[in-house]
Amino acid sequence: MTTTGKTAQEFAAQEYKYGWTTPVEQETAPPGLSEDVVRWIAARKDEPEWMLEWRLRAYRHFVKLLEEERSPTWAKVHHPPIDYQSIVYWTAPKAKAELESLDQVDKEILETFEKLGIPIEEQKRLAGVAVDAVFDSVSIATTAKETLAKHGVIFSSFSEAIQEHPELVRKHLGSVVPYTDNFYAALNSAVFSDGSFVYIPKGVRCPLELSTYFRINAAGSGQFERTLIIAEEASYVSYLEGCSAPMRDENQLHAAVVELIAQERAEIKYSTVQNWYPGDEDGKGGVYNFVTKRGACRGARAKISWTQVETGSAITWKYPSVLLQGDESVGEFYSVALAKARQQADTGTKMIHLGKNTTSTIISKGISAGHGSNTYRGLVQIMPNAAGAKNYTQCDSLLIGDASAAHTVPYLEVRNNSASIQHEASTSKVSDEQVFYCRQRGLSEENAQSLIINGFCKEVFKRLPMEFAVEADRLLQVNLEGAIG
Amino acid sequence: MLEVRGLHAAVNGVEVLRGVDLTVLPGETHAIMGPNGSGKSTLAYVLCGKPGYEVTAGSASFLGQDLLAMPVEERARAGLFLSFQAPGEIHGVRTDHFLRAGYNEVRKARGEAEANVLDFDRLLKTKAKMLDVTERQTKRFVNEGFSGGERKRNEILQMAVLEPKLAILDEVDSGLDVDAMRGVAEAVNTLRTPERALLLVTHYHRVLAYIVPDKVHVLVNGRFAAEGGKEFALEIEAKGYDWLAQRAG
Repeated sequence: MTTTGKTAQEFAAQEYKYGWTTPVEQETAPPGLSEDVVRWIAARKDEPEWMLEWRLRAYRHFVKLLEEERSPTWAKVHHPPIDYQSIVYWTAPKAKAELESLDQVDKEILETFEKLGIPIEEQKRLAGVAVDAVFDSVSIATTAKETLAKHGVIFSSFSEAIQEHPELVRKHLGSVVPYTDNFYAALNSAVFSDGSFVYIPKGVRCPLELSTYFRINAAGSGQFERTLIIAEEASYVSYLEGCSAPMRDENQLHAAVVELIAQERAEIKYSTVQNWYPGDEDGKGGVYNFVTKRGACRGARAKISWTQVETGSAITWKYPSVLLQGDESVGEFYSVALAKARQQADTGTKMIHLGKNTTSTIISKGISAGHGSNTYRGLVQIMPNAAGAKNYTQCDSLLIGDASAAHTVPYLEVRNNSASIQHEASTSKVSDEQVFYCRQRGLSEENAQSLIINGFCKEVFKRLPMEFAVEADRLLQVNLEGAIG
Repeated sequence: MLEVRGLHAAVNGVEVLRGVDLTVLPGETHAIMGPNGSGKSTLAYVLCGKPGYEVTAGSASFLGQDLLAMPVEERARAGLFLSFQAPGEIHGVRTDHFLRAGYNEVRKARGEAEANVLDFDRLLKTKAKMLDVTERQTKRFVNEGFSGGERKRNEILQMAVLEPKLAILDEVDSGLDVDAMRGVAEAVNTLRTPERALLLVTHYHRVLAYIVPDKVHVLVNGRFAAEGGKEFALEIEAKGYDWLAQRAG
């Protein structure tokens, strides 16, 4: 008797709760990709010449890759070819006038974020969190700016940073993820619309959690945001991002780039709860989440920690990585990825050890249900100068039902013999025994399942800041709701 | 309290129980003995509704309710508890959190308000102290890294918290040395009340010297081959099971 078989089916059929759209008047770029569109976006944002030139270089590089059919094919994901000429690269709610304050933001948009549980009105703000809200291609509002400014912290939309802090953006943009890095990074660099910019000055411990919420609303449009976080010497910042999108029959492309820079003794903690629309039970619709995230520990004893909970998207292609350049620098990757129904996740990390006595930790938890396919793909690279480098990798897969799949693809490249590498992997099922045990103590089958799954994710959840841990837990519960019984 | 009549059950199409009759009254302690493979654990699982154990004939009522028609968790909430022979691990789930979840389900089923974290912690502390379970152990993940003795004691702690009306203890002494067994048996004895019934499933007599039963039943080939008082267990110990098997044919 396979009680979990039934579970898996219903689990896969779980409804997406963020699938509604907001009726707003839109302004869009002409559909398709061309030099004119890139110029249009830059002009629309009133960008300086250097920015446009960078975009155009990226655009030309992308066109070359496209012509040479060099979109990545190595990931264990399958999708029909993407028609880059059918995508709208820039969509924004039509501004009624120049925005001076939140009062002037469209009521519908404010309500959208309200409905998503994202507090952007100052009086309703979560204590201790500053929020940047991105709706389609533009940042709607960034809260708590004054509090942050007192500490010299800059937290703004990317567009604003280009205008207000061009020297910082120009210096660091593309320094960790150059536009030549990969296919989607090139595309993003050409057409990126908005995103968040964070600058923490030397010695400052950012007094608030910084958070960005990304919402795709418009049909036929992609979201191409960029985030750049710079933590100067001995500073600290914790940054959180969340995402959702309406339910649509066609696939939508989300190709973001995130760059983190941690100078000597600086620490960046970057957390993601990704819940893009995953498509329906048969795999129709859903967001293609093709994202390049990388951080550079530039100075000695710098630390970058990625924590991600990936529950949404039709396809996730994402490898938040760390370049461990400074001696004794530390890179961490904690991940929970859920693939249910027809979702495909190919995610993992790259830890590139360059400096001496650098340390990296990788904890990956993959959950597969329904016909979901979950792949951990990770690279640990120890370069010749990285004497005394250490890595610990743990990849655990949890299978629910008989049709789901889990794969682990660890790559290891050691060019310094003093390195110490440890790898552990496990694959398990939610066993009927465990469920029976819980039910014998009075728990319903559904609660038993979520208890066991939450336990499986424990090491990752406990890395998240409090509010986000609660949100991640809730999201997993919601995804499990009605799955059993 | 428990009325089992003509119970037949099969596992993977093989009939394991072949007509079991059993009456347990409140406050009674019954021992179910028998050789390996006689169906002792099957009886425990069938009464608790474990998936994969199919009842092919007969009936069982618990506190006047049709036990066999109830899902696993409803049986538990109604006051039926099983101490597992080899309780499994649940990674990442703290014992106290696990127990609070079960405890609150039982309370809800009784129409009582759910206990908040503080109230529950207080209760758990008291019970744990009574059973000589350290607070540290209640904060560890369920059964993870527990020794055999700790697992058994953890089962009894759960029993103490959930306060069942009928507790089935499946091989509560298996894998324990004499001292550990005595400790677990003493813990069980502190939980005996004039209302609570116990069903001790055991291969060996030794635990019955510590948890003294009112009645002893011997299960052979899926049927009770003999029954007697507490002294009957001693007779079994001396003579073994074979003569009963031969007598039963």
